Amino acid sequence: MSPLLDLIILSMTVICAIGALAVKDLLGASIVLGAYSFLLCLAWAIMGAVDVAFTEAAVGAGVSTVFFVAAVFHTTRETKD
Amino acid sequence: MKTFARITILFCLGVFLWQSWDFPDWGDKDSPASSHLSPYFAKNTMKDSHVPNIVSAILADYRGFDTMFETAVVFSAGLACFFLLRRKPPKTKSKYYRHLPTGITVKITGEGKEPSKDSKVFRQIDSLWTPYDLIIRKTTQYIIPFVQIFALYVVAHGHYSPGGGFQGGVILAATIILFAVSRNLVAGLRWVSEKAASVSAAIGVFIYAGAGAMCIVLGKVFLNYEALMEVFGTDSVMARYYGIFVVEIGVALAVTTVMIWLYYNLSSSGKHDEGL
Amino acid sequence: MEIYEIILKNYNYWIFIILMFTGLYGVIAKNNIIKKLIGMNIFQTSIILFYVSLSAKLDGTIPIITETDKHKPDTLIDAANYMNPLPHVLMLTAIVVSVATIGVALALAIKVYRTYETLEEDEIRRKIASGYTGEN
Repeated sequence: MSPLLDLIILSMTVICAIGALAVKDLLGASIVLGAYSFLLCLAWAIMGAVDVAFTEAAVGAGVSTVFFVAAVFHTTRETKD
Repeated sequence: MKTFARITILFCLGVFLWQSWDFPDWGDKDSPASSHLSPYFAKNTMKDSHVPNIVSAILADYRGFDTMFETAVVFSAGLACFFLLRRKPPKTKSKYYRHLPTGITVKITGEGKEPSKDSKVFRQIDSLWTPYDLIIRKTTQYIIPFVQIFALYVVAHGHYSPGGGFQGGVILAATIILFAVSRNLVAGLRWVSEKAASVSAAIGVFIYAGAGAMCIVLGKVFLNYEALMEVFGTDSVMARYYGIFVVEIGVALAVTTVMIWLYYNLSSSGKHDEGL
Repeated sequence: MEIYEIILKNYNYWIFIILMFTGLYGVIAKNNIIKKLIGMNIFQTSIILFYVSLSAKLDGTIPIITETDKHKPDTLIDAANYMNPLPHVLMLTAIVVSVATIGVALALAIKVYRTYETLEEDEIRRKIASGYTGEN
């Protein structure tokens, strides 16, 4: 477990989280949320939690992003904030 | 509203950051979280159930009650989504078919006669007109069997490598979702119909609870796998080993089919005629 | 060197707190329903990050019993070398419950859109106050 690599990845995670809330296009926000889940999975793999990283990669960066894109597809893509 | 929210959140952020000074150091071997119960699990999994993966052993054996209710929660989420969204498609919608030898797209509304479902010449496409997608079809056709074998491997090797029921179940569901995304939702529904998915989800929860109930019938407490000694014909340590495996199969079945069911209902908004 | 050590010992808590309050800000202050759900997802994953980072040890190995430890009796296994497995188990349950919650919440968002034709919270409030029922 190397703390320096972990610090870099967790900083990118914070940037992705703020970005997912700030993007004005809802489809773009879902994709940035998928990237956030994937970076978090990498951070947990560095910390040694391999089962949790496996589950988050399959569930968060896979299935959950598909659900968000499906919901945005059936509602609207634009938002004011 | 937004300025009030910002001020409140900044204030609470300051309070939390001030209080986090007292937390134990990160990476400490003697932190209080790692000194009371966890050494017992690390020392006794090989002795009690012969399973090297400590996380799988705790999940299915020492804390099996939590996992059973989590499987029930996943199943009830699929059920709730089904009750919220499901409705019949309107009858006067037009369908699009592509004639494969010539590449012509045919639109059939209302009272036209549709080609049969198994016709090799006509293929149904979604109403948002899709271009001819040979690359996607062939690539997913070659990838999907290997990913399914890997998913079954992850389920079966939960004892020795990271993995287990949840992870393998979600990967298996992802292959079927990939199939439905790359082709048509109707093609995906023909492979795993909604009725098969929902009934299999209930069967998955039933396998888990049934394994626990069988332990009561054979004389011990609920979810004490040592009572399954007579069923498997081994000693009590290996009975727990096989009991964990049976329970993981139940969890994988439930999680797979609920993810597929959620995808069918969410991507077509309940109508089941066309997907993403 | 002291600043570097203070950062190294505590930064996981700082990042967890920043992420948690980002998620909470998204739930409270955003108008769009899907943005609120994104905020809720960020909030849930930040709590999972907190628990998993509590279980990490600086020179530990992953919680799968190694080949040399498999044959030892239980008094000789040194449990302090393995990462703490108990928070991993609790967080596996939490991840799966979070995806089930997101599925149901997105189904509710689709239903709201069907009835009110919009996803912004203030417009929905205005429509309810003026008695709009919609055709569904």
